[in-house]
Order: sequence, then structure tokens, then C-alpha cells
Amino acid sequence: MTTDAVPATATGTLTHRRLPRYAPAVTLALSAAVGAGLSAAVGFSVPAFVVGALLAYMATITIAAGVVEGRRKAVDRLVTSLVYAAFGIALVPLTSVVWSVLANGLPRFGAEFLTTSLRNVTGLHDQQAAEGLAPYIGGAYHAVLGTFLITALATLISVPVGLLASIYLVEYGRGRLARAITFFVDVMTGIPSIVAGLFAAALFGVLFGVGTRNGFAGAVALSVLMIPVVVRSSEEMLRIVPNELREAAYALGIPKWRAVVRVVLPTAISGIASGITLAIARVVGETAPLIVTAGFTSSINNNPFADWMMSLPAYVYSQAMRPLSGSTPEPSLDRAWAAALTLVIIVMALNLVARLVARLFAPKNSR
Amino acid sequence: MPAHANRIDVGDLNVYYGSFKAVEDVSMVIEPGSVTAFIGPSGCGKSTFIRTLNRMHEVVPGARVEGKVLLDGEDLYGADVDPVVVRRQIGMVFQRPNPFPTMSIRDNVLAGIKLNGARIRRSESDEIVEQSLRGANLWTEVKDRLDKPGSGLSGGQQQRLCIARAIAVQPDVLLMDEPCSALDPISTLAIEDLISELKKNYTIVIVTHNMQQASRVSDRTAFFNIEGTGKPGRLVEMDDTAKIFTNPSVQATEDYVSGRFG
Ligand SMILES: Nc1ncnc2c1ncn2[C@@H]1O[C@H](COP(=O)(O)OP(=O)(O)O)[C@@H](O)[C@H]1O
Ligand SMILES: [Mg+2]
Repeated sequence: MTTDAVPATATGTLTHRRLPRYAPAVTLALSAAVGAGLSAAVGFSVPAFVVGALLAYMATITIAAGVVEGRRKAVDRLVTSLVYAAFGIALVPLTSVVWSVLANGLPRFGAEFLTTSLRNVTGLHDQQAAEGLAPYIGGAYHAVLGTFLITALATLISVPVGLLASIYLVEYGRGRLARAITFFVDVMTGIPSIVAGLFAAALFGVLFGVGTRNGFAGAVALSVLMIPVVVRSSEEMLRIVPNELREAAYALGIPKWRAVVRVVLPTAISGIASGITLAIARVVGETAPLIVTAGFTSSINNNPFADWMMSLPAYVYSQAMRPLSGSTPEPSLDRAWAAALTLVIIVMALNLVARLVARLFAPKNSR
Repeated sequence: MPAHANRIDVGDLNVYYGSFKAVEDVSMVIEPGSVTAFIGPSGCGKSTFIRTLNRMHEVVPGARVEGKVLLDGEDLYGADVDPVVVRRQIGMVFQRPNPFPTMSIRDNVLAGIKLNGARIRRSESDEIVEQSLRGANLWTEVKDRLDKPGSGLSGGQQQRLCIARAIAVQPDVLLMDEPCSALDPISTLAIEDLISELKKNYTIVIVTHNMQQASRVSDRTAFFNIEGTGKPGRLVEMDDTAKIFTNPSVQATEDYVSGRFG
């Protein structure tokens, strides 16, 4: 053996014939044409076109790959196209919701919509506006305010209860009580929101007289929905705090409760805070429980403890189902869409806040 | 400097996880101001046993202990003894470095003091931080970045930070469970040097898998063994380190230290 005896590898055992890089693109273009032809045959429609094109693409690319590249590559190409197709399908509802909310909501959305209430706005105004005799008036300020107050109160109730419950479950709970709590939290997670609403309505009926409706009752109803979400997400976050950190604290002679407050919670806080934000986003759009607890109103009410209080979901519902003017419902429908847009913006903002919060609170430079 | 009167006396100790007996019938004396090494094959209960010496064992749900552990004649497992107070006197360093990720280097060192709610003046805390970090041979490496997170240090530095954190509360005894097993040889040597330094002020107990390490750093060595899986670990013999490594009285010890065993 000499130094240059590097075995001349049989060229071709590692390389393989491949389809050219542009093959998928070209196939897709051709399949689109085929899809158009196929769908035209059965009477053109977009779904038919997409399905036709997809099927044509999958068949062509799989067969081509099978012939040129071999069996494994063919399966790979087929599954790849299936995954992309599934991804596209999953995006359809999302984009179409965003699209229709934007398209229908933007005309009425704006500063005026967010700063005025519906007080003293009647069907007559809407009819005149529709005939071009007067400007469109009437906004959702009272509903935005109501949603803000009710959700804030619900958060104020749910976060301490939920967080403490999760701390109990992770750090202290052993045996029966912990299992019972976990079980009931699971049950609560599945409670239909209308049931939570009826529960709060009945509770306030018993405590303060039948038919009592106010923002606080709404907040209680939302808490019933929110607490299990907060418990669950905080519990998960606390559980992933490494046990080593707790032991490190104990070994320093730190009592357990201080270890929980000063070591475990700060380590988990970013996840907990973003979980709470997502829980808020989850309940901010609840409609049914608010309708039966907080009621409807067209005027501004900034006291959640007295009188009916409007919320954005209830506003959307009432404008869509009971337009101010029965004969010309369009202005009311536009308001409903604009309020829906407001709600979507709030939820998206909350989701962004959740990410931001997670990043802000995350332990710096942790590996 | 703490007075060297921290003799540990273990009498007939049985250690359980639930119904599983992990360590059986251990009696030993740990002299004040000495370094004692625990050696033995994996799973023979070294970690379990060392954790009973500062009542860390009972942190595991269902874990319990029978027998006595006396610190200067006082039973750690006595009825009125608060485990939190025990742990302040008997500190511990773990196998994997575990600095608190949310805290700076400085706050990590001060954790045992601050997290106990003590309020101390800045000048005082500065002094504690410097002394503890010097004591752990880390001061020169980190003195310019005390406010940076502790998790940004190398593994060996993190482990020395954990040692600094443990000695900042001024314990009398320091327990170390394989403190070097996650470290490179250079960091290991740094920690071994540190142990010889620390032994002037503390009673030290160290679990190690490394025979050379045991013979380098310790005065006394205890060999633990286990008869088979599911059986409890036992103390086979304990003697001066030199004797254990040259002329042990039990055959099993000789087999183990000479590498003729598992
Ligand atoms: N948290 C625990 N729960 C139950 N059994 C444990 C636990 N920790 C260790 N054990 C068991 O106790 C025995 C001794 O383990 P350990 O003390 O870790 O051994 P060593 O440190 O000598 O390798 C082993 O059989 C191990 O499976
Ligand atoms: Mg161990």
C-alpha cells in the first residue's frame, strides 16, 4: 500500500440521477393548466380548479420521480406535496376570516367609531344616512370600555386564583386533594361558555336579586372560563423549572415558600405571563356568557358594579341580529363588522404582547 | 472563622425511598476539619447517603430515614429540629452546576442571604461577594462582570460559583456530590485545589467516582458497595485514605480501588 492508495470509489454509488431543480415549478405550471382544463369540463369553479391542479401535480411529480430518481425519492416528493397542500388548506379559513373582517369592517372603523357610543342613535339616523341625507353616526366606545373593564376584572380574579392553584399543584399538592383539583380543573376546561354565564347569572340572582346584571357578573362568568386555562398553563410552566434549582435553594437553607417565590416563580414568569395573556385573548371574545350576565346597553357605563354593561361581542351580536332600523339594516351590519374588526385587532395585539412578554421576562443568557 | 467542632456521628442509618431501602445500616464518624471521600460503584447509595447528612434526602416525596445523624452530639433528625436551619449549617454542592438562571453572578453568591429575607448594607454585601468568590477561586475571573448572569459562565466557573454561593452563608460543613463529574480536567484540578484550601475552614465530605481524586484530596475514605440490583447499599469500610488505597482490610475494597471490579 502506498500513500496514494486512497481507494478509487466506484463513482455512482453515492450520486444518483435527479430531477432538475426547476422540475417542481414546471410541473406545477403544467398542472395548473391541466387543472384549468379539467375544471372547465365540469363547469369552472375555483375549488375544482385547485383540486384538479393538485391531483395532476401529485400524479406527475410522483411518477416522474419514480422513473428518474427511484422509489424513495418518489415517496418523498409525494409526501412533500401532501404536506404543502395540507398547509395551504389550513391557511384558507384563517386568511378568509381576516380578509372578510378587514373588507367589511374597515369602512366604518376609525377614530370616530372608537370614541362615540350608540346613545340616542336610532333607526331614523341610519335610514337618513343610507339615503345620503346625513353622516353615518354611532360607534362602539361603550362596548370597548365594557370589554376592557370586564376583562380586566376577570383577569384580576383569575390570575391570583389560577396562579396560586397551580403553585399548590406543582409545589405542594400530593395525594387526593391535588388529584381532585386537577380533575375539576380539567372538567372546568370543558365547560361550555353559556353554562359559565348561566352559573354567574344564577349566582348574582341569588345574591342580589333575580335579574341582576352588571359588568362584575360578566367578569365572574369569564373567570370561570379563564381560571382553568391559567391553572393549566402556569402549571406547565412551573413543572419545567428544573428541580435542581429548587434543591439548590433548599441546600442554602432557604425555606420552601421563599424558594418558590424567589427562585421558581422568577424562572417561570415569562411563560406564565404569556400564558395569562393568551388566556385573556381567549375570553375577550366570549359572547354568550356576557349576554346573560352583563346584558346590553347603548350608553356608556363605567361602573362595572351597577347597571347593564355593553361588551364588544355583545355589540356585534346585537347590531347583527337586531339592527337599529329594520328596513335598512346595512349601517348596523357595518357597525357589527367594525366591532368585529376591533375585537380581532385586540386579540392579535394580545398575542403579540404575549410573545413580547415572554421575551422580556425570559432569563437572560440562559443556555 | 468557624471553630472546628463539627463532628458528624452517624449511627445505624437506614435510608428509604418509599418502601425501597436504598442504604442500610451505616455508622461512621466524620472528624471536624477533615476531608472525607465516599467511593463506590454507581447506584450503591453514595448520593442518597450524603443527602441525609443535611436533610436534603427528605425533599424527595416519600423518602425517609431511620437512625441517627449527630452534629456535635445533636441529632439532626430530632423532633424539634428545623431542616432549614440544618441546611444553613451544612451546605451542599451538586453534581451538575446549578446557578440560578434569573440572577446575576453577584446575586447568585448572595442568594442564601438575600433569599432568606436578610437586609444587608451594600458595603457588607460587597465584602461577602468578594470573600466568597475569592474563597472559591473565582474572583479574578468574574470581578469585572458581577452583574452578568451566572449562567453565562463556563461549566467549571459555574461550579465554583455554586461553591461560592454555598460558602457565602458560612456553613460549618460542606457536602459535595461528585462536584467535578461534569467538568473538564483543568476545572477539576481547580476545584481540587479549592478543596484543599477550604478544608482549613470547613469539614468537607465529597462523593467521587475518581480514585485519584479521592486519594489526592481526602484524609479519610469510605467505600460503599451493593450486593446486587434492588439490594440496599452498605458501608464496606472506612479508613485513612492512604490505607484504603494501599492496604484495605476488606477484599472487595481492594478489588474496587485496584480496578478489578465493575
Ligand atoms: N429519587 C429517587 N427515588 C427512588 N429511588 C432512588 C431515587 N434516587 C436514587 N434512588 C435509588 O437509590 C439507589 C442509590 O442511588 P444513588 O444514591 O443515586 O447512588 P449513587 O449516587 O451511589 O450512584 C439506586 O438504586 C437508585 O435507583
Ligand atoms: Mg450519585
